[in-house]
Amino acid sequence: MGKSIVVTSGKGGVGKTTAAANIGTGLAQIGRRVCLVDADIGLRNLDVVMGLENRIVYDLIDVVEGNCRIRSALIKDKRLENLFLLPAAQTREKDAVSPEQMQVLIEDLKKEFDYVLVDCPAGIEQGFKNAIAGADVAIIVTTPEVSAVRDADRIVGLLEASELYDPQLIINRIRPDMVRKGDMMTTEDIIDILAIKLLGIVPDDESIIVSTNRGEPSVLDKKSLSGQAFRNIVRRLEGASVPFMPIEERSVVKRLLRMFNNVSGRS
Amino acid sequence: MLEWLSRLFGATEQSKDKAKERLRLVLVHDRAVLSPGLLDALREEMIHVLSKYMEIDEKGLEVNLNRSDESVALVANIPVRRVKRKL
Repeated sequence: MGKSIVVTSGKGGVGKTTAAANIGTGLAQIGRRVCLVDADIGLRNLDVVMGLENRIVYDLIDVVEGNCRIRSALIKDKRLENLFLLPAAQTREKDAVSPEQMQVLIEDLKKEFDYVLVDCPAGIEQGFKNAIAGADVAIIVTTPEVSAVRDADRIVGLLEASELYDPQLIINRIRPDMVRKGDMMTTEDIIDILAIKLLGIVPDDESIIVSTNRGEPSVLDKKSLSGQAFRNIVRRLEGASVPFMPIEERSVVKRLLRMFNNVSGRS
Repeated sequence: MLEWLSRLFGATEQSKDKAKERLRLVLVHDRAVLSPGLLDALREEMIHVLSKYMEIDEKGLEVNLNRSDESVALVANIPVRRVKRKL
């Protein structure tokens, strides 16, 4: 019996889908059988982030309504043979599926897969309730901004009310240069406020945009910094204790160069 | 030293402290939301405890969370009919 994980955030645009795609791909890369579930009915995007948008025949709603078997709706990944995607329906609304139906679906998937990763829509309404319905654990994604952290706090409360305890936090799009200048909240600041367990820190990284353009999760890119952050997250999910990536750039030369750029940029 | 130098050149206020402070305040309010169910339970229990010491007007009892800028207070207005002499 596998484990189901919901990736949620409250606020939109903080990187839920990217996180779900990368964690799922990362887990598959180390040999786990993984199913990604896009629970964002009506606004599906996990398919394009994974580069699988051209292969969709059936979707999640088809499965719960009994139009097809689960197996025929699952899309096999291009790169990894133990990675699958269950896409959301694009032409239906959130209330086309109920939390009870989601629970049954996720239970069924857990029999076949080591990990079932559910990408939750933004917001706290029906779509959120559906997405968390079958989850064993929750990952909350936030960015170092007041609005995103505030929404994350709200999500912690709502998860607790649904008896989903001990969510883990991913802080996305950290910018070391701004943290150093005191213009961005640090990991410690955010953990201090939210008081939940830290699962990972992902630096703001242009390679994420490039990899999303290509439909290739950055976790597959050995040289990508964000990819490394997601590989670390995957190992932590598997129970390994991996130190967090240093936010400060250690190299004095790099820091001097950056400082020089800052100063000359200002003049 | 480097930190000091960059401060010298940057010389701006740390906006992250502002962010953290605002966040802290807004969460004081966000977190102080009692669900109707919890509020009812609290009301019932208060009536139960208070009734040991005094006769209160249950219908006139009001329990609310009041929010001011920096804090949240539980405010109860409880009409008392008669105070008991002993337990």
